[in-house]
Amino acid sequence: MLITEADIEKLATLARLEITEEERRALTPQIASIIAYVEQLNELDTSEVEPAIGGLTPEGERTPTMRDDEVRPSLGQKVALEEAPDPALGYFRVPKVL
Amino acid sequence: MRNDWEAVIGLEVHAQLSTESKIFCGCSTRFGDEPNANTCPVCLGLPGALPVLNRRAVELAARAALALGLRINRRSIFARKNYFYPDLPKGYQISQYDQPFSEHGELEIMTAVRDAEGHAREWRPKKIRITRLHLEEDAGKNMHEGLPDTDRYSYVDLNRAGTPLIEIVTEPDFRSSWEAYDYVNHVRQTLRWIGASDADMEKGNLRCEANVSVRRKGEERFGTKVELKNLNSVRFMQRAIEYEIERQIGVLESGGSVVQETRLWDDRAGETRPMRSKEEAHDYRYFPEPDLPPLVVTDEFIARVRAEMPELPSARRQRFMDQYGLAFNDAAQLTTDRALADYFERAAQAANNARAAANWVRTELLRELEASKTEVESCPITPENLGALIRLIDQGRISGKQGKEVFAEMFATGKSAEEIVRQRGLEQVSDVAEIERLVEQAIAANPKQVEQYRAGKEGLLGFFVGQVMKASQGRANPKIVNELLRAKLNG
Ligand SMILES: [Zn+2]
Repeated sequence: MLITEADIEKLATLARLEITEEERRALTPQIASIIAYVEQLNELDTSEVEPAIGGLTPEGERTPTMRDDEVRPSLGQKVALEEAPDPALGYFRVPKVL
Repeated sequence: MRNDWEAVIGLEVHAQLSTESKIFCGCSTRFGDEPNANTCPVCLGLPGALPVLNRRAVELAARAALALGLRINRRSIFARKNYFYPDLPKGYQISQYDQPFSEHGELEIMTAVRDAEGHAREWRPKKIRITRLHLEEDAGKNMHEGLPDTDRYSYVDLNRAGTPLIEIVTEPDFRSSWEAYDYVNHVRQTLRWIGASDADMEKGNLRCEANVSVRRKGEERFGTKVELKNLNSVRFMQRAIEYEIERQIGVLESGGSVVQETRLWDDRAGETRPMRSKEEAHDYRYFPEPDLPPLVVTDEFIARVRAEMPELPSARRQRFMDQYGLAFNDAAQLTTDRALADYFERAAQAANNARAAANWVRTELLRELEASKTEVESCPITPENLGALIRLIDQGRISGKQGKEVFAEMFATGKSAEEIVRQRGLEQVSDVAEIERLVEQAIAANPKQVEQYRAGKEGLLGFFVGQVMKASQGRANPKIVNELLRAKLNG
């Protein structure tokens, strides 16, 4: 898979990262080599293999993992906002969006 | 819509499922609590927190899927939909993508052409294909106004983040705004009826989006579609689609082309406007959610959900028509709400007169409920009491006019019809001997009028009826009074 500087630019935009032109040039071959490394997996024929979501066997998938619809204590407003960089009036305050 | 054009419309409806707790954590789904009170590491997206699926959400989604005619997949998987927005703390929404909870639905709705005032003419059935119904979590809520410095700041409340939703997507099967309107009302009514969602659009528990395009009649290809948002009521949605159809036809007829975009409905201005958006290129990079196992449902589970399903509104409407001889509009009105349908049916049984019960419920009862802002569940008149009132009228013990007065008092006081009739001494006198005595008195007291009547002045019958009614304090059965007077005067 060919990775171009435009792909890196798009990835940066999607990830909300600001990168310099220099970084973009440096990252392009690095990302390309990471993808080439992972692409080796494509050499295996997996046409007969069911994808294992979460690494589970069919028996594992059938193991009940749901919870009952019961309300458990929440953190509450004060604790929820404790680590927020800019809480105000009980809200997370962020730079204007819209 | 101009005759040589055709609209092609598809709908996406999001409905909040009626659970106590969120879909992947135990936080409450209660509406109106103080901001961010109902949050925890899972719904705040704190590192290391793991989602666990709410069984009730799955049951309600299954109920909705079956009621709307979809097939439930025995195995579906959750996927991450990645995007950045302040109301989405994890940076992704847990949704479903290529293996959704249910698919391949076909739903028959009733739809009608409307006149200029929006009154329905001629209902007819139409089949709508439903592509999929899947489970997902809701995002939080961004506040852009009503708080300090909103020119610089937005405020985020994550109480709603992680609330269970179903997303219901149709094929582009609607050809008019009214078809879309009738469909959303059908879905809304059904979800409420089966208890899957309270589908309250004001609270944002039901939201819809429409994809609208137009093409010349006979054209196979679809036109460029526009996505409509900010449709805060079913009526807004209908108006927005109508506006958008005309707008697109106007653009095309003047030689322009429709731009693929998202537009917002502004009801005050009565128009759609392009959404201001920094990033239109959607690239959600869906991938399977590694923190949740596939959702496997068994045949027994589906059989149980099916067995617990109440008779659906459309089936009940048809049964009201077949069993009680009601007209479509009346049956439809009585099945808008399950509690109302139950009320009617109990009243009809108690009255042993379904048509009269239907009339009373549709007119007097709904009017009083509306005027007093009362839910039918807490109606002061029990259906059995309404049935008893109807029987009193059917037996001729009170007149229809008195019935309405008694009804008003029943609604105000919760007393039974019998009790009110007794206390107010309203009961009609239908005892022939008693009325005959009053008739004879009236004749004996007015010899001049008798003579005139017998000489041909038949209009005087009304005078005699009045005399008898007065003597009986309005309680004599007018039919019997008339018959007896005629017999005596003519004899
Ligand atoms: Zn939570």
